[in-house]
Amino acid sequence: MSRIAIAKIALFLLCLLPAGLLAYAVFFGDPGPDPVARIVHETGAWTLRFLLVTLAVTPLRRFSGWNVLIRFRRMLGLYAFFYATLHLSAYLFLDLGAFWAQILTDIAKRPYITVGFTAWLLLIPLALTSTNTMMKRLGKRWQTLHRLSYLVAVLGVLHFYWLVKADVREPLIYAAILATLLLLRWRRLSGRS
Amino acid sequence: MRQRLFEPIPSSEITPESVYLDRRTVLRGLGAGLVTSLVGCDGKAEARAEVMPSATMPAAIPNLKTWPGSSQETKTSYRDVTGYNNFYEFGTAKGDPALRSGRFKPKPWTVEVSGEAEVTGRFDLDDLLKGITLEERIYRLRCVEAWSMVVPWNGFPLATLLNRFKPTSKAKYVRFETIQRPAEMPGQRSAIMDWPYQEGLRIDEAMHPLTLLAVGVYGRWLPNQNGAPLRLVVPWKYGFKSIKSIVRIRFTESQPHTSWSDMAPDEYGFYANVNPAVDHPRWSQASERRIAEGVSVFKSRIETRPFNGYAEQVASMYAGLDPKTLY
Repeated sequence: MSRIAIAKIALFLLCLLPAGLLAYAVFFGDPGPDPVARIVHETGAWTLRFLLVTLAVTPLRRFSGWNVLIRFRRMLGLYAFFYATLHLSAYLFLDLGAFWAQILTDIAKRPYITVGFTAWLLLIPLALTSTNTMMKRLGKRWQTLHRLSYLVAVLGVLHFYWLVKADVREPLIYAAILATLLLLRWRRLSGRS
Repeated sequence: MRQRLFEPIPSSEITPESVYLDRRTVLRGLGAGLVTSLVGCDGKAEARAEVMPSATMPAAIPNLKTWPGSSQETKTSYRDVTGYNNFYEFGTAKGDPALRSGRFKPKPWTVEVSGEAEVTGRFDLDDLLKGITLEERIYRLRCVEAWSMVVPWNGFPLATLLNRFKPTSKAKYVRFETIQRPAEMPGQRSAIMDWPYQEGLRIDEAMHPLTLLAVGVYGRWLPNQNGAPLRLVVPWKYGFKSIKSIVRIRFTESQPHTSWSDMAPDEYGFYANVNPAVDHPRWSQASERRIAEGVSVFKSRIETRPFNGYAEQVASMYAGLDPKTLY
């Protein structure tokens, strides 16, 4: 097996670890006082982290010169979609559970849920077009389409910021990292680097 | 936990033994829960595992009277009542109050009474409690964040205390204030809120027989994280109305300022009555997640009741008011 293949397997398992540990804690360990809130919160936080890590691959590759990093980007992006789907499912099936009537009003009336749900919807075409075949078929348009990931990350951070009651320090950390990553791209796109 | 790294190392000479032992138990809990603590990057919620072990719980309160109106619902465990709550004076994570309140000294304690009353001044809490019968009352607690608990409080009706000060006819409201001690309350060192925390009730709400001043929980004196040594419990209102660690009580003629309502008036009203018909602008108040023993992760949500299920006792106080304003 090539070193890349081994590294990919290792990364795959590493990215799965947060979900595995969470599931273990909830079903076999100490789930804490409000397990549903914890599941929703942690899967949401991991979604944001994976979105930011995925967006960091290109700048990191440019600064370090490690072109090999690009080979792991698809997996990181798909993990962002994986955690986003867990997050949404936990909200729908665990948190709202039997309170289905609340779901539609929540999505329509609560800006932070509208924004979060939109971000998840936008991730679907990105996940579907992540295969080699689709990359080839879309050609140049693939990159344009996948620039949607910037918007997804912005919506994701906004989603977190809007739901916090008073202490916005944690969402602001995510916002600062995202702003840095976007700024690095903007400088490059506008030819200022 | 992050902030604690920058605090001086606790010394057993200046830290009460119970608190000192409690911290060691917290650390042991962290070791034992290594697997779970890896799950969260902030490591806050996880550290609650062993908070308040039986050996270091506050002393039991003698001669508690039982109260016939207590809720029959499954209670929230002592561990969760004392390990998971909001008390921003100690930090904004729900495990922070238990983890970061070890330095707080609830003794000795004085309460300053002022305003529209015949008897005013500074009173020692021990003197105020003389001759008062403490009861156990199991109340539902509904947080504005849409989670709820069932808590056996120990205390006495607020009216019993307020009547001793002989409020005058000008006393239309009562204002309460939490202590401000940034040295002992690490959350007060950040400008998350405008300290000190303040709350208020209309005089008839304050005098209502359900309105409780609590000094204990689960038959034991209040631990620091739950608002020691004296806190309010207003079971038909969102939890933030039940102000903790009270040092000032003032009878006023006009409606007092209240912390959350000052900060976000469109989100938190003065009344803050539990009202499933009026949603918080950012989330629904129609239902709530119940935190209690034996609640399944698949069935934790229940319907929220008007006035948190105390409508029969309190709804008449709001007869003339537009229900839409009662949030």
